[in-house]
Amino acid sequence: MKTVIAAVAATLIAGSAMAAGHCAAGKTLTEGKLTIATGNPAYYPWVLNDAPEAGEGFEAAVAYALAEEMGFAAEDVTWTRTSFDQAIQPGPKDFDLNMQQFSITAERDKVVDFSAPYYTAPQAVLTTQDIFVAGGTSATMAFLKEVQWGVVASTTALPVVMEQIQPTKSPLVYDDNANVIAAMQAGQIDAALFDLPTALFTSAVLMDNGAILGQFDPAAAENPDQFGALMPEGSALKACVDEALDALKADGSLAAIEAEWLQEATGVPLIK
Amino acid sequence: MTRRAAYEARQRRRANLIAGGSTVAVLLLVIVLVPLAPGWEAVRASFFDGEIFLRTFPDLARAFLLDVAIFAWSVPMIFAMGLAIALARGTNNPALFPLRIFGAVYVDLFRGIPVVLLVYLVGFGIPGLGLPRPWNSPYIWGTVALVLTYSAYVAEVLRSGIESIHASQRNAAICLGLSERDTMRYVILPQAIRRVVPANMNMLVALQKDVALLSFIGPVEILRQAGIFKSLLANFTPYVVAAVIFLCVTVPATRYADYLMNKDRNARS
Amino acid sequence: MPGPRLSLRGVTKSFDDVAVLKGIDLDVGRGEMLCLIGASGSGKSTLLRCMNGLEPVDDGQVLLDGIDIAEPGFDLGPIRQQIGIVFQSFNLFPHMTNFDNVCLAPRRVLREREDSLRPRVEALFERFGLGAHMRKYPDQLSGGQQQRVAVIRALAMKPQTMLFDEITSALDPELVGEVLDVLRKLRDEGITMVLATHEMGFARELADRVCFMDQGVIAEEGPPDMIFSAPEKERTRKFLASILR
Repeated sequence: MKTVIAAVAATLIAGSAMAAGHCAAGKTLTEGKLTIATGNPAYYPWVLNDAPEAGEGFEAAVAYALAEEMGFAAEDVTWTRTSFDQAIQPGPKDFDLNMQQFSITAERDKVVDFSAPYYTAPQAVLTTQDIFVAGGTSATMAFLKEVQWGVVASTTALPVVMEQIQPTKSPLVYDDNANVIAAMQAGQIDAALFDLPTALFTSAVLMDNGAILGQFDPAAAENPDQFGALMPEGSALKACVDEALDALKADGSLAAIEAEWLQEATGVPLIK
Repeated sequence: MTRRAAYEARQRRRANLIAGGSTVAVLLLVIVLVPLAPGWEAVRASFFDGEIFLRTFPDLARAFLLDVAIFAWSVPMIFAMGLAIALARGTNNPALFPLRIFGAVYVDLFRGIPVVLLVYLVGFGIPGLGLPRPWNSPYIWGTVALVLTYSAYVAEVLRSGIESIHASQRNAAICLGLSERDTMRYVILPQAIRRVVPANMNMLVALQKDVALLSFIGPVEILRQAGIFKSLLANFTPYVVAAVIFLCVTVPATRYADYLMNKDRNARS
Repeated sequence: MPGPRLSLRGVTKSFDDVAVLKGIDLDVGRGEMLCLIGASGSGKSTLLRCMNGLEPVDDGQVLLDGIDIAEPGFDLGPIRQQIGIVFQSFNLFPHMTNFDNVCLAPRRVLREREDSLRPRVEALFERFGLGAHMRKYPDQLSGGQQQRVAVIRALAMKPQTMLFDEITSALDPELVGEVLDVLRKLRDEGITMVLATHEMGFARELADRVCFMDQGVIAEEGPPDMIFSAPEKERTRKFLASILR
């Protein structure tokens, strides 16, 4: 699979890369370098081993493909880390792009700029084997309303739970994925809503008794959860990034990256 | 008016003028200079958005009720536990020596551990041992964590209060035939508790803020609710709303405590 | 009951190797008023405190109605109800009204019912001229008034014996009289009293017997007229000369 990307990238460098390189010229923090931020830590399968420099993991791979598309060599990509708060606080930013599964929302778009979406995330229900058995594979909305939900505060999962599921018990809210898992293992919550790749990884690797109850069909959602690269408000780079993303979509390389790193995300039953 | 009184009146007028003048000058500097800063517009939009303020206020006020509730049920437990530990540490009965050791270890341990760690440890750890619902509730174990930490502090404060009561008070009570128990209960403790009211007030203000730590293990209290809004709206104004709500409670509370203590003092003189 | 109320036999007491009482033998008769005089540090206060067990004695016997209360391990609780003590520094409980100061021990120790306690305590306040001050707190009263409340507090336990530890020493001179008046009234009631005092005039007027203490021993004892007018011992004379000048 990597060879495919390499081949695609190689052909692109010769052609459009030069033009795109001119597009990004003078618009980055450091001339000739592209500074990309990710989370601290960055999670699988978005970034493997918390080492984005390796280009392994979906977002890391997309980042390098984007960079190449815009005319930056791999060694011209500099990584930095930010929290959600640092990404949206007023004042100058220390990154050109910030990729850590930021869902694009109209509210956020007022404060910062987003690229076109690079991934549409199905929302998936993570639970434990015990609940999985109780709920069965054909989890119904009626069942989901009755369970105790837990979500991560800085994600868009909470509005999804509140509006689409409308649970009878108030959801519990946590700082990060690790705390949600701790609460689930302490038996304090039954179910948690994550984007599907995160849910799969959590279920398979981080939990002993994790299970995926199902996913919501992103095509059916009113506002599907789409990830975009975050940029400072009014960033001059946005046009270049969008142009590069369009190119990656058009030639199928974005789909190839998704297939390579997020391939497990198929085959999870839909919740109706 | 005597010469002295006239002089003092002049001095007072002069002091008031200077105080008023310098206050106005400082306020003017803040009001005029801060908006001149290049990033002021961005900061204002991020922290002081009037529309977001009004929109989030009702939900945040509702979430604050949870803080108040946690505070309200924690305080009696903290003081009961703190008192028990303080008394355990002060016991002279050799049969109760283990209790004394326990008290000392308790205080050292729970004052030494950061509250956050204790909230995680107790809030996730103990339910993780396999307690069934509702006994694994984060509300219960989060409260336990707060009680452990704060009762350790209160125990030390009370103990210092008990030790500050002069031995002659104890002697007087013993000579009237009062038992050790009654002496502590009716003579020593009431005076000791009164003496440490200011220290305990500080403790309560700190507790009011640490209640928010329970949000780490799930409950959606005001700071968490503000964090949710911040994340949805990509704006920090909800935190400002939370701060305003906090101040609305803590400032009158501390002023009222000051007033009570002054009243108590004045009633005696 | 025959015999003295209180007998001390060979009582010794040291604080950190400093001998304060060096073998005291003393009898206090029923209804007697005994004054202990002597320089500061002569052991008067310590002797008083040994009489009710507040200070445990090192050696010797303290017999109350023939029972040795200095026996190590003896339960002093019930004994203390029978022996009241009033201190130089009053030691009232500042967080209670004067009335509650007086009522605390009868309530908790004697388990006396409110309907009998209240009139009894009110009568005590009236009798010692403090009827108007019952509901006030101790620090709202003058020193003399506070000391009278302390006396009432001890009396409310209906003791048969009262110990007074220099109860006028902390008072301004003009307040001493009102406290001594209280003692005069008590003397007429036949309560056994032992006073450590610097009020020589008072001792001379009212004491049945005066003990002069010097360096941890009773150097001389006798009727006040003898002690003050014709002391036998040289050191008694010296002490009185230094006091009276």
